[in-house]
Amino acid sequence: MDPLFLARLQFAIVTVYHWFFVPLTLGMTILLALMETQYVRSGDETYKRMVKFFGTLFLINFAIGVATGIVQEFQFGMNWSQYSRFVGDIFGVPLAIEALLAFFMESTFLGVWVFGWDKLSKKAHLAAIWLVALGSNLSALWILIANSWMQEPVGYTLENGRAVMTDFLAVATNPSIRYQFPHVFFSGMSTAGFFVVAVAAWHLLRKQTHVDLFSKALRWGLVYALVGTIFVITAGHFQGQHMVETQPMKMAAAEALWDTEQPAAFSLFTIGDMAKREDIFAIKIPGLLSFLSCNNFSCEVQGMNQLQAAYEQQYGPGNYIPNAMLAYWNFRLMVGAGTLMLLLALYGVWLMYKKRDFRQHANFLLFAVWALILPYLANATGWLFTELGRQPWVVFGLMKTEQGVSNTVPASWVLLSLITYTLLYAALIVANVYLLRKYARRDPEEESEQPETPAPTLVGAA
Amino acid sequence: MDLNTIWFVLIAVLFAGFFMLEGFDYGVGMLLPFLGRTDDERRLIINAIGPVWDGNEVWMLTAGGAMFAAFAQWYATMFSGFYIALLLMLLALILRGVSFEYRSKHEDPRWRNAWDWSIFIGSSLPALLWGVAVANIIRGVPIDADMNFVGSFFGLLNPFALLGGVMFVAVFLFHGAIYLALKTGDPVMNRAQATAKKMWLIALALVVLFVVYAFAATGLYASGAAYLPTLIAAVALILAGIFLNRGRTGRAFAMTALTIIFVTFTAFAGLYPNVLPSTLDPAYSLTIYNASASQYTLKIMTIVALIFTPLVLIYQGWTYYTFRQRLTLEHEMEY
Ligand code: HDD
Ligand code: HEM
Ligand code: HEM
Repeated sequence: MDPLFLARLQFAIVTVYHWFFVPLTLGMTILLALMETQYVRSGDETYKRMVKFFGTLFLINFAIGVATGIVQEFQFGMNWSQYSRFVGDIFGVPLAIEALLAFFMESTFLGVWVFGWDKLSKKAHLAAIWLVALGSNLSALWILIANSWMQEPVGYTLENGRAVMTDFLAVATNPSIRYQFPHVFFSGMSTAGFFVVAVAAWHLLRKQTHVDLFSKALRWGLVYALVGTIFVITAGHFQGQHMVETQPMKMAAAEALWDTEQPAAFSLFTIGDMAKREDIFAIKIPGLLSFLSCNNFSCEVQGMNQLQAAYEQQYGPGNYIPNAMLAYWNFRLMVGAGTLMLLLALYGVWLMYKKRDFRQHANFLLFAVWALILPYLANATGWLFTELGRQPWVVFGLMKTEQGVSNTVPASWVLLSLITYTLLYAALIVANVYLLRKYARRDPEEESEQPETPAPTLVGAA
Repeated sequence: MDLNTIWFVLIAVLFAGFFMLEGFDYGVGMLLPFLGRTDDERRLIINAIGPVWDGNEVWMLTAGGAMFAAFAQWYATMFSGFYIALLLMLLALILRGVSFEYRSKHEDPRWRNAWDWSIFIGSSLPALLWGVAVANIIRGVPIDADMNFVGSFFGLLNPFALLGGVMFVAVFLFHGAIYLALKTGDPVMNRAQATAKKMWLIALALVVLFVVYAFAATGLYASGAAYLPTLIAAVALILAGIFLNRGRTGRAFAMTALTIIFVTFTAFAGLYPNVLPSTLDPAYSLTIYNASASQYTLKIMTIVALIFTPLVLIYQGWTYYTFRQRLTLEHEMEY
């Protein structure tokens, strides 16, 4: 088999898998910090139990996020050595900064937080979770700086066939990160919000014990999810407009727009023929795509055929059209999930505002449990769209994906690693789901305040 | 010192810190099935590294990131060349990280047993493979004129490299046993102490053997820069045993920490200015000059490292202080 195909498949699998666990971390650390802040301010033990309950779930999730992240750090060198040689001067920098600035902070203070309940003052313990939240979101920022530079390279020159950094600030503040980071940040918020909502809703629906704690948690989750969803959609809108300017091909693929239109219609549903590059069947809303792309109903949106011709002139012969079917459906799934999430969060917050007892709204609670699928779907399809829509480029306009793959690694090795990762990841997800279900259905612990027996300390005992 | 040398030194420091800190975590993980006879004792052993192991692992991630940023050619050649070895290591590390968190979250003895062995494998395999990797870097690997690794996986398993792997395992076992003797209460403490005493001579013998082999068969001592760190490492290792036998466990731990740091420095001092020597032709070797990033990138990274490394050292040091207490079976266990 083709090593390039295997390497791409492997990248997609391990990264999407890693990313399956990350957004919850990004949003949940902040939410736990907020809940613990409430506990420290009010002294209300309910919040401490809430933090411990959701904290355990978060840790079960976090373990896999960390373990699968290690692969990410190494795989550029293993599978994409030519890519690493080409961009090392630029791409390695945010990666190293991410580790030094963010991973250290996140993992060190997480240890302090988990093991430090009885060892630290309340305020110091609270500071630890805030530092974890800061660390995990800083890690997202720096890794996204690396990724967004690949979407829109700036601050470099080409020397001896390698990209060389000329302006660090330009790289760190590249135009694309200004859209990517907010979008991802708020996607984390909405993921964590829906996670808390789903667990709390299940308890109110099925168990009806600890009603006070879970009603509170449900309200916290709903507000958090609503804020997150509103902003992820807002950020996504602007991100889409930026994309039309910088990677028009991606938007054309996302819309299955074969030929330039003015004004352009938004496709609700299209079945196309990839080979002939035309639609077979389509339902469209006139003018809407123009509005989404440039805030007015009549501007021109370029189509794939015209862009292909333009790119051939600019970059030489070749196929510059990504897999339009994948781009199209991934984009629709993400936006569809986002829309449902918005509706559900709005309805929930409205019920809250009307001071309804949620236990009287069993249907809503049932929906809320199942809605947990939505943010995960949106996260996975969002990245698949971003990365697949950029093809054939690995670094837009500079390096094609086929040039980046390791030249000395035989296909059999890539296949071996692909198989072993996949099997191990499959086993881990079973253990993960098993534990999550067990701990999500458990009753929150009552605080058993047992006095600590002072033990001999390290100093002096040696 | 030019920026390339500064980054070579910084990466040496990152690896030294990584081996010193994660060394006792690996050692503790390897000792887990043998020193913990009951379930509670095993929990005690795992919790003894509970608050710190993840922070220690980040030293490896930072070292990898720093290699990528400062010497991308080294990162690319070595990681694609050592592919199968790295794959084994990554699989082991994935298992290990998850095991700590999952092991005690379910009571079934079969479940716990399976995760205990994952911790054992997840700790011993990386310890062995890091030793193999370091020995191969010292020895040199086949690299062609285009900086590509042209050897095979089994070529990496030569006798010298395997000796390096076994030496790493022994030193980490020694270091980990002392750590447990320092951090746990009876009965684990006593067993750990007894194990440490046995491991001392084994570790010492392997280190001496490795040094002699390296002297005879590799270019490690050619430039002379590796003599001093070797001497310090050897003295520290001898002192570790002496302190241990006098019941000064804390000092013994400081000495094994020094041993590991200076074993790492030995490797780097002997390599300089190479980062990955070629066995095909010395002219094909990767050096801190032909493998490096631009001067501009190195400058930026130096500024970043100067600001953040001290911060990391301060807060990680503070964590060890916060969790300085000896753990006993009466304590509440998080893991
Ligand atoms: C820092 C860089 C970076 C980051 C943060 C991501 N990616 Fe990416 N992605 C790449 C760097 C990259 C790459 C190295 O550039 C790849 C490898 C091959 C390629 O086409 O681009 C790639 C490819 C790639 C592919 C395969 C594309 C294809 O088959 O053509 C998928 C599905 C994803 N990525 C998905 C993701 C997801 C779900 C991410 C969420 C965390 C993600 N990527 C983050
Ligand atoms: C493809 C490039 C990526 C690489 C090389 C990478 C690397 C890593 C590594 C090595 C870890 C483990 C750190 C630890 O031990 O604490 C990790 C975890 C993490 N990564 Fe990634 N990562 C990538 C993609 C992403 C993306 C796109 C994001 C967010 C937008 C992200 C956010 C995080 C976070 C928050 C963690 C903390 C642990 C958790 O997942 O729960 N990473 N990553
Ligand atoms: C309904 C409104 C939404 C719109 C208009 C939207 C828009 C976009 C666009 C245009 C991209 C591609 C950016 C690029 O290629 O550079 C993207 C990517 C992405 N989306 Fe969304 N999105 C929406 C909802 C969501 C939701 C609800 C989530 C998750 C909870 C989500 C998660 C992601 C992720 C993880 C990515 C990849 C990272 C990135 O490029 O920022 N999106 N989105």
